[in-house]
Amino acid sequence: MRKLIIVTSLLLAVHIALLFTRRNAIAEGKETSPVRIGIVLDVGGRGDKSFNDGAYAGADSATKVLGSNIRFIEPGEGADREAGLRLLAAEGMNLVIGVGFIFTDDLANLAKEYPNTAFAGIDYALATDKNGNVIPPPPNVAALKFREEEGSYLVGALAALVSDSKKVGFVGGMDIPLIHKFEAGYRAGVKKVCPDCQVIAQYAGVTPDAFKNPGKGKELALSQYNQGVEVIFHAAGSTGQGVFEAARATNKLAIGVDSDQNDEAPGHVLTSMVKGVNTATFDAIRRVQNHTFKGGIYSFGLKEGGVGYIYDNRNRALIPDSARARVEELKQEIIAGRIKVPSTR
Amino acid sequence: MTTATQPLAAKPTLAGTPWRERAEEALIPPFVALLVALICGDLLILSYGQSPASVYRLLLEGTWGNAYGFGQVLYKATTLAFTGLAVSFGLRAGLFNIGGESQLAAGGFAAALTGLALPVGTPLLLSLPICMIAAGVAGGIVGFVPAYLKTRFGAHEVIVTIMLNFIVLALLNWFIAGHLHVPETLHTPEIHAGVLPRLADIDPRFHGSAANLALVVAVIVAFAVWFYLFRARGGYELRAVGLQPQAAEYGGISVGRAWMRALTFSGVIAGIGGINYVLGYKHYYEDGFAGGAGFLGIAAALVGRNHPFGVLVAAFFFATLSQGGLAIHAFVPKQMMDVLQGVVILAVAMAVPEVRGILRGARRRTAA
Amino acid sequence: MKEREAGGGRREAGNQAGFSVPASSAASAVPPPASHLPPPAIRMEGIDKSFGAIRANRGASLQVMPREIHALVGENGAGKSTLMRILGGLMKPDAGRVEVNGRDATGWSTNEAIAAGIGIVHQHFMLVPTLTVAENLVLGCEPKVRRIVLDYSRAAESVRTLSNETGLVIAPERLISDLSVGEAQRVEILKVLFRGAKLLVLDEPTAVLSPPEVRELWTVLRRLRDNGDTIVLITHRLDEVVDLSDTITVMRAGKTVARIKTSETTPAEIARLMVGRDVSLSAGKRVQPVDRATAPQPDQGLEVGGLTVMGSRGIRVIDDVSFTVKPGEILGIAGVEGNGQTEVIEALAGLRPVFSGTIMVDGAEITRRTVAERHDVGLSHIPEDRHRRGLILEYTVANNLILGVQKHFSSHGIIDRDRVMENALTEISSFDIRPPSPVLAARALSGGNQQKVVVAREMGREFSVLLASQPTRGVDVGAIEFIHQQLLDARAQGKAILLVSAELNEVLALSDRIAVMYRGKFAVVMPAVQASEEVLGEYMIGTKKGTAA
Repeated sequence: MRKLIIVTSLLLAVHIALLFTRRNAIAEGKETSPVRIGIVLDVGGRGDKSFNDGAYAGADSATKVLGSNIRFIEPGEGADREAGLRLLAAEGMNLVIGVGFIFTDDLANLAKEYPNTAFAGIDYALATDKNGNVIPPPPNVAALKFREEEGSYLVGALAALVSDSKKVGFVGGMDIPLIHKFEAGYRAGVKKVCPDCQVIAQYAGVTPDAFKNPGKGKELALSQYNQGVEVIFHAAGSTGQGVFEAARATNKLAIGVDSDQNDEAPGHVLTSMVKGVNTATFDAIRRVQNHTFKGGIYSFGLKEGGVGYIYDNRNRALIPDSARARVEELKQEIIAGRIKVPSTR
Repeated sequence: MTTATQPLAAKPTLAGTPWRERAEEALIPPFVALLVALICGDLLILSYGQSPASVYRLLLEGTWGNAYGFGQVLYKATTLAFTGLAVSFGLRAGLFNIGGESQLAAGGFAAALTGLALPVGTPLLLSLPICMIAAGVAGGIVGFVPAYLKTRFGAHEVIVTIMLNFIVLALLNWFIAGHLHVPETLHTPEIHAGVLPRLADIDPRFHGSAANLALVVAVIVAFAVWFYLFRARGGYELRAVGLQPQAAEYGGISVGRAWMRALTFSGVIAGIGGINYVLGYKHYYEDGFAGGAGFLGIAAALVGRNHPFGVLVAAFFFATLSQGGLAIHAFVPKQMMDVLQGVVILAVAMAVPEVRGILRGARRRTAA
Repeated sequence: MKEREAGGGRREAGNQAGFSVPASSAASAVPPPASHLPPPAIRMEGIDKSFGAIRANRGASLQVMPREIHALVGENGAGKSTLMRILGGLMKPDAGRVEVNGRDATGWSTNEAIAAGIGIVHQHFMLVPTLTVAENLVLGCEPKVRRIVLDYSRAAESVRTLSNETGLVIAPERLISDLSVGEAQRVEILKVLFRGAKLLVLDEPTAVLSPPEVRELWTVLRRLRDNGDTIVLITHRLDEVVDLSDTITVMRAGKTVARIKTSETTPAEIARLMVGRDVSLSAGKRVQPVDRATAPQPDQGLEVGGLTVMGSRGIRVIDDVSFTVKPGEILGIAGVEGNGQTEVIEALAGLRPVFSGTIMVDGAEITRRTVAERHDVGLSHIPEDRHRRGLILEYTVANNLILGVQKHFSSHGIIDRDRVMENALTEISSFDIRPPSPVLAARALSGGNQQKVVVAREMGREFSVLLASQPTRGVDVGAIEFIHQQLLDARAQGKAILLVSAELNEVLALSDRIAVMYRGKFAVVMPAVQASEEVLGEYMIGTKKGTAA
């Protein structure tokens, strides 16, 4: 018994000693700007090298360029999404951003509760009424939408142009309409430049975990490469890291998504279909700081620079000039409205 | 000294372990385990260059310090209580139900479908039981499959429940993504009936928190589980099977039937848990809402030492950690809370039997 | 507290017997076997060992002289096995000192113990059934002890040599799975000798042997002693102790109570030292006449016809056995373990499927009934293994007392706790279960009291047929006496009792008729008055075959 009391008091003493080492370390939340921004990332969290990181990059440049004061929350589970938004709204943030379509309902509800706070939802899902008309978001919510099919169209065309085997691949994350948009644009792009090319499309799963499964991504990619595919476009979050891994292992090519993913497998990344999550995030923050924020739908496509593909010194060697020229040609036609890119399979 | 030749010399007494000793054994070991976990937390926080005192203060403020935070803790604890009770019910019969997640999801799905099918304006007193039964039946079916496969073919329940997690979640996703979802979302339309009042409807201070009357259901279920296990004949038999299957068989108890009952009802309990999210919070079924709750339920069952009321306490504790993680998120990464959860489980698993042994040993020495 | 006083009392008794504890002073009192004074082969003093809250040894001591057969006796849980595990290096003592041949061996390792020539023959065989005798001997053998480089022919040769030296005759080429229990035990002994053991510890070696096999073992042990080995024999059979040993150490409650020269004591005195009070050693108190007032109907009791039970590999473990047990009769089944006794009882109790045959209790056929239904027609069953079957160790005594009849203690599915408690208090009183608390976990009880709980449950309720399987196994002398009396009382009340026991004495003392099981059949059924150990022994090992009359 005495031993127990000694051990317990010892533990207690250690705990109390540790408790009061390094007092007042919490000073990071210092006010640097009167405008405060809160961002709730999705469950995938930072380090997905694509979607959440895009939002983070946009916020980061806002901090540097605009001196914004930004706080992030990474939820641990589904129910934390609302809790995170609410936490930030309740703290009086001027702008609260939810990264991902899954925040749609929570943003809509909170926006009514906090009418004086600005909200922005990346990939905010728009409902339609009975007549098929789009229901606009609440007045203090900016729905940041992307026309991913347009960018996917371009990388699809590029993939078909550089591939000799007439087989190109697609690895999607979760099997949902949002990702189907990527596949649809990609397919259309491939067929445009190479009507008899074959597109092998596979999805990593049917749960949100399908965006966080590099092992599965590698497995799918390897099987596609083994079937003769030379280029794979992935729209699968961190599952895509497995696709790059497979590209490196088999010395084939892959196409990144959301942000420039050249660093994932230098020499094996043909290009990346960039989604301007950073641009959109930065744009929303800028508007709030300039007091020009307005609710409504913001659609980012090729025209607005919200989507695009990477062509720079690092991947120039992989893309023949003729292919580049053809893709640019298609891009102008889309911007001009002469090509309508499908958004459904 | 009495001997066997005077058989009636010793008068039987009801004296078991004295009340004080039982209280000591119930409270001191978890306290020591908590201290160990707190010290690990201190070190983790220090390693991020933050002050443990301030972080813990923030954590408490964000959870028990205000009605909203407390409500969130209660909300999270409700789901965990259901999955924890489900796991512990199975463990009482010696079976490890890993399928809490899919049973919870199936229950939520069934509750949502029922809520959609009922006409608008169905009174809660009617719609709640119907939705609950639907949720329980759905969870029970998912629990029955491994039960049947085990008793009939000897398939191991751990493997079957794990596999069923994949199958059931994929099926539900197919229903949602393919058929029942509101466009551009992964959830069903809002239910027409069966909406549970939130705590905020009763006390406005809870405004915004998701806590709802499912909490009361969880407490009732915990009490029912306790009553069944420790007062009913079925519970007597179920626990006997869990402790010593051969002795149970000798006592005329059908081991297979007890297994069926344990796993099926384990599924029912987890299934009913689906109402917390569906009827109480979002009013629709959303794909993936059950994520992680099944596994954290295992932790709650283990830390709660398979006692229904222990599970409630453990669920509350893990819910606090989870909500607290959100509150201190700006200062330490959320992974720290995951690490801390693991530390708590380990500390409880290791420190509790150790400390209990010391307590008992010390007592024996003073008594001798 | 109580125990301490009792221990003090016994200590005096030990003094009267000629030796005193602690062993250090006893050493001078033991006459050395020769004129010179060799160090004791084993000398353990003041050994303390606790497992959590349980104190298995408290100041235990043991002194064994070279070239003697030393019996270590005591009730179950007296601390004998713990002491031997410490000697063998399997455990380290909390306090105390161990010396082997004058060398300090406190807290040594198993390897050191083996190197010093200590060999422990365990109660449960540790042999690989699919290997031959020679292979088994080589298997556990450290090459450095005897430089054997997996050369089986040489191994077989050394086995033969060793066999001839010791009289442990066994063919090295035979498979372990083909051996009888007695032969397997010989291999176990050979195994430790093979590793160079000069100091043998045998843990309950006779528990599984038939009388002729026991006699053979005695011859071997005596020869080993005469060859210069030292032997420690752990047992609870007092006749064996008196038969064989030179010196006896008695343990009780973790302490050493006495060290006595066998020639200067009697079984009764040893029993008294073990238990701490006088014990009647003969159970045969068949004084109560059967109560003929409740004259049995002709079809009452247990009737078994053509019972056949299949084993795991399609072998008939019970082969067409028929018998009856009439009310007021005890039918004892003797036999070497593993000849089908367990299976007969389990088949009758409903725990093992019956292949063919019929089982009737009081005229009701129960061959295919469930366990619970058999309870209802009046079948009670004391199982042979109380830890696995008879009790749920985590349950309280009160809850254990309703196992199997829980249905009768509940209404509408809810257990009536008042009645459970009331029942427990009654049974605890009438069967003298100690400590007398119904809310204590069965695990906390001693072996004897645990068995009393089982007996109380099975005999405290209405029944007409009782299956009593090893009812006193591992139970101390006092409880044996009590349980025997219960069986005899039940017989007097007109119950039909089927008794299976590995203790021939028990079968002989209690039964009206005795059957001997040999390879799944009744080798013989005879009235108890015609039976003796010698006669039954012949049937048990199959040298004599009779008719299952």
